Amino acid sequence: MEKIKDIKQLKKKAIDIRRDILTMLEKAGSGHTGGSLSIVEILISLYYQKMNLDCKTFVCRERDKFILSKGHACPALYAVLADLGFFKKEELWTLRKLGTRLQGHPQFGLPGLEVSSGSLGQGLSIAAGFALADRMDGHKTRVYCLMGDGETNEGQVWEAASTCAHYKLDSVCGIIDFNKLQIDGFCCEVKDQGEYRKKWDNFGWFTQEVDGHDLSQLSNAFDEAEKVKGKPQMIIAHTVKGKGVSFVENKVEWHGISPKKDELALALQELDLAEKAL
Amino acid sequence: MIIKEPKKKVATRDGFGRALVELGKENKNVVVLCADLTESVRANWFKEEFPDRFVSLGVAEQDMIGVAAGMALSGKIPYACTFGAFASGRAWDQVRVSVAYTNINVIIVGTHGGISVGGDGATHQSLEEITLMRVLPHMTVVVPADAEEAFLATKQAAGLPGPVYLRLGRAAATIIEDKPEFIIGKASVLTPGDDITIIACGHMVEKSLEAAKYLREKKIKARIINLHTPKPIDKPAIIKAARETGAVLTVEEHSIAGGMGSAVAEVLAENCPVPMKFMGLDDRFGVSGTPEELYEYFGLTEKYIVKEAEELFKKKRT
Repeated sequence: MEKIKDIKQLKKKAIDIRRDILTMLEKAGSGHTGGSLSIVEILISLYYQKMNLDCKTFVCRERDKFILSKGHACPALYAVLADLGFFKKEELWTLRKLGTRLQGHPQFGLPGLEVSSGSLGQGLSIAAGFALADRMDGHKTRVYCLMGDGETNEGQVWEAASTCAHYKLDSVCGIIDFNKLQIDGFCCEVKDQGEYRKKWDNFGWFTQEVDGHDLSQLSNAFDEAEKVKGKPQMIIAHTVKGKGVSFVENKVEWHGISPKKDELALALQELDLAEKAL
Repeated sequence: MIIKEPKKKVATRDGFGRALVELGKENKNVVVLCADLTESVRANWFKEEFPDRFVSLGVAEQDMIGVAAGMALSGKIPYACTFGAFASGRAWDQVRVSVAYTNINVIIVGTHGGISVGGDGATHQSLEEITLMRVLPHMTVVVPADAEEAFLATKQAAGLPGPVYLRLGRAAATIIEDKPEFIIGKASVLTPGDDITIIACGHMVEKSLEAAKYLREKKIKARIINLHTPKPIDKPAIIKAARETGAVLTVEEHSIAGGMGSAVAEVLAENCPVPMKFMGLDDRFGVSGTPEELYEYFGLTEKYIVKEAEELFKKKRT
């Protein structure tokens, strides 16, 4: 697949993906708006710039892999996969409807998905499994795993963090969508996770912090991570929940709801303006 | 593995451990994962032979199941091994989502099933695995009766399309003679009889066979079925037995609620309702003791099976 180098073109792509996410969610009548919008640039950077992965060679295992551990943000991933030709774009409008392949949380079997997810905290262990198998097979591939900050309340994440460090899985790159909100409120109030980056440092990971909406910073961080030998890498991506739509940004109540028709219209207007400003 | 000596006792976990080594030689994609109980689950022989295909996860069962899922999706055939209590209980949601929902050939091996674990007591005597695992779509649940069946179950599990749960025991179990061919999903009729059916699994098969001898002395011909695969359940064999004998006693070293007997009852209630009796642990946790003391304490010996069978036989005739 041809990778996109032009930053303006990537920014335009991010706006298009946000349009698709909001439209899907409005049609579905339910779903997770805030956390889908916060991961758009992370997905763009991986799928359009970084990863060795495309729909034609997806069945082959000797390629990079991406796990959406925070499965509730699947509208963003579905929009990207449709755009990359894994399935037709029209299928996006079936999200959450009876008979769809686009389940409310990802179900393995949809082209482009690595695994089912949705119950939080399980992705990083699966990433470790991919990396161990690829190492046994001599594959030089990378495994990316995107988690939410609230998600890392789950103990399994830290079990997996130890596994990746113990086996020196330098093909594993984790990304935290660090938007500082979870369903019940601010992460630090729900259950403070303390000195977050230090935690990953202490678990034996190579860590970086970036602006998760800055495509150059993300791209550099992924390149830096790839150079690391003998350690898994964690990118803490500071993001804004609901990014791109003013009345959704940083609003805890937008975690698990979808926009209504009038709200969609307003949101699309904002995105049109953003596109003009590029 | 053919064990010729009569009445030889071997734990099912030993049959499993031997099969792993053979599988390792046959298929380079076979990998074994353990959560700090490598020798107890008998994965140490595989580890010695194939250290590069052995993955130690420490005391982290949830992570182990996820890592196994990742490896299965990458074309490996992972056997994820620990005690049944942790394999089925501690990591249940990981089994549900990462393995069963994704529908991949991860083989989850839970040794130390049942009260025959002995001294370790309730936390380590798992009594819920059949219940917890059979409710998961795509899951196959196998409870071998002896080490030879465990050996074959371990090997056959590698060829199945979806996930498998293998329930194994700690204590030595008598090798059952003159068994029909072991095939996952096909119940084995071990003793013919038309007066009553006794359906058992795991260590209770051996005890049911002993009970059948005493019953024969009392002129009750019991058909003994080894239901080594509670799921997918062999409906035709169960329905046929209920039709021909008119009463079914189930015996398992497991919680009665939701266990093998419940699975049998689900089949019979719809297809051929007959008087039934369930033997197992009735809403109780295990306790410490020797295996033999515990079988007696919880009423799971030949003596109790004979008593329940006689009562059920009488009930059938009234």
